[in-house]
Amino acid sequence: MKEKRRKAQKIIFNSEKEMPIAPMSLGSMTFNLTGAWRNIRPVIDLDNCLQCGICWKFCPDTAILIENEYPVIDYDYCKGCGLCAEECPAKCITMEEEIR
Amino acid sequence: MKKVIMGNHALSYGAMLARVQVISAYPITPQTQVVELLSEMCASKVLDAQFIKVESEHSAMAALIGASLAGARTFTATSAQGLALMHELLHWASGARLPIVMGNINRAMAPGWSIWSDQNDSLSQRDTGWMQFYCANNQEVLDSVIQAFKVAERFYIPAMIILDAFSLSHTYEVVDIPDQALVDTYLPPFQPAFRLTPDDPHAFGGLTSPDHYFELRYKLQKAMEKVPEAVEETGREYEKLFGRYLGTVDGYCLDDADIILVTSGTAGSTARVAVDNLRKKGKAIGNLRIRLFRPFPFKIVRQLLRRAKKVAVVDRNISYGHHGIFYQEIKSALYGFSSIPVFGFIAGLGGRDITPETFEEIVDYTLSHETVDSEIIWIGVKK
Repeated sequence: MKEKRRKAQKIIFNSEKEMPIAPMSLGSMTFNLTGAWRNIRPVIDLDNCLQCGICWKFCPDTAILIENEYPVIDYDYCKGCGLCAEECPAKCITMEEEIR
Repeated sequence: MKKVIMGNHALSYGAMLARVQVISAYPITPQTQVVELLSEMCASKVLDAQFIKVESEHSAMAALIGASLAGARTFTATSAQGLALMHELLHWASGARLPIVMGNINRAMAPGWSIWSDQNDSLSQRDTGWMQFYCANNQEVLDSVIQAFKVAERFYIPAMIILDAFSLSHTYEVVDIPDQALVDTYLPPFQPAFRLTPDDPHAFGGLTSPDHYFELRYKLQKAMEKVPEAVEETGREYEKLFGRYLGTVDGYCLDDADIILVTSGTAGSTARVAVDNLRKKGKAIGNLRIRLFRPFPFKIVRQLLRRAKKVAVVDRNISYGHHGIFYQEIKSALYGFSSIPVFGFIAGLGGRDITPETFEEIVDYTLSHETVDSEIIWIGVKK
């Protein structure tokens, strides 16, 4: 699935004639990798994870997936809001500075 | 089939014949019987539509925006304060190019609370990118709903059908209810070029940078500019099927008129009684009723008014600190094309009656003045 995703590209039309009449995306928003907005990234210490699923439930961007019963961050879409780190009862999610 | 119905129900029957699929409305004052009858039609399955009850007019329009985007033909109705509450969503509907049709009963804005007619509610929404049709009788109300869907869906521009409170909304008149099969040939099902569907996902109404926003507005305006001609064309098509022409304006005794009274809404019918009376006294008066206010039918208005010696515009509205709103529009249409004097009268605010005597007073004033020395001539103020 992930391999099929294209990166969103900035498209600038040269003529109004090429544009749709309504403000709309040209395709599915799954191509729009909003993870690029992130300044801080959540990192999960799985050794202390309780597998409670609270981070998964609270993530406003559905950017936390459960794989093999443990949470995994989808960095393509995680905007780094930090809600998961705030809500984690085991405090095993830390927000680290994004280094590009 | 002929029926005796009120103006509100003429809107309901229009929506029914247009086979609307989603209706959303807030049911309390300033709402009228428009959606009451539609809810009954939905309940009894006369009309196969979803009726969504919401908690405000703001939500009513929001619900229709979603439904229209999903590809449904949508309808609602409101009035005065309810229309004002919708204001933000009116921009959303036109900006997203959704052909929603809405009935608006022209009621004066509060305070003081009023359920009587004037046009300040709909004219306050002049610049929202909606088409506006002002009606003069209940037959026209019904016909306009059907025509408005046809034009709206061609250009992806929402439309407002506007009628005066009480003098149309609650007045019973004989209305010919067209045959459903004929309406179906005139108005086929809505098949939008773009819509919200999982089969072809798009995000709508998202962040639009300065690289593209300007062009979207340009395209809306360009589409608007094509509407007056399309109204005349679809009006002629309507006449072929149903025997009634629906144009951008409606003229009466214009050919040899020295003075043309410009009106909108029901005041037009009253003006015609006055025109007949004055013609018996040898005064060459005519009446031009503006039916399509947005987009403004510049071309035909110029053609028709240029022949007159004087123009008298009657406004049942006011732009505070300026003057009558139709007066502004008529002057702007004639600017650079004609130098005939255009007089602006304000009458009938808040449901004060506009009678044939009102028009005779207006004509007397216009006859006795050669130049415009006042931006507003008030008619009927108790002094």
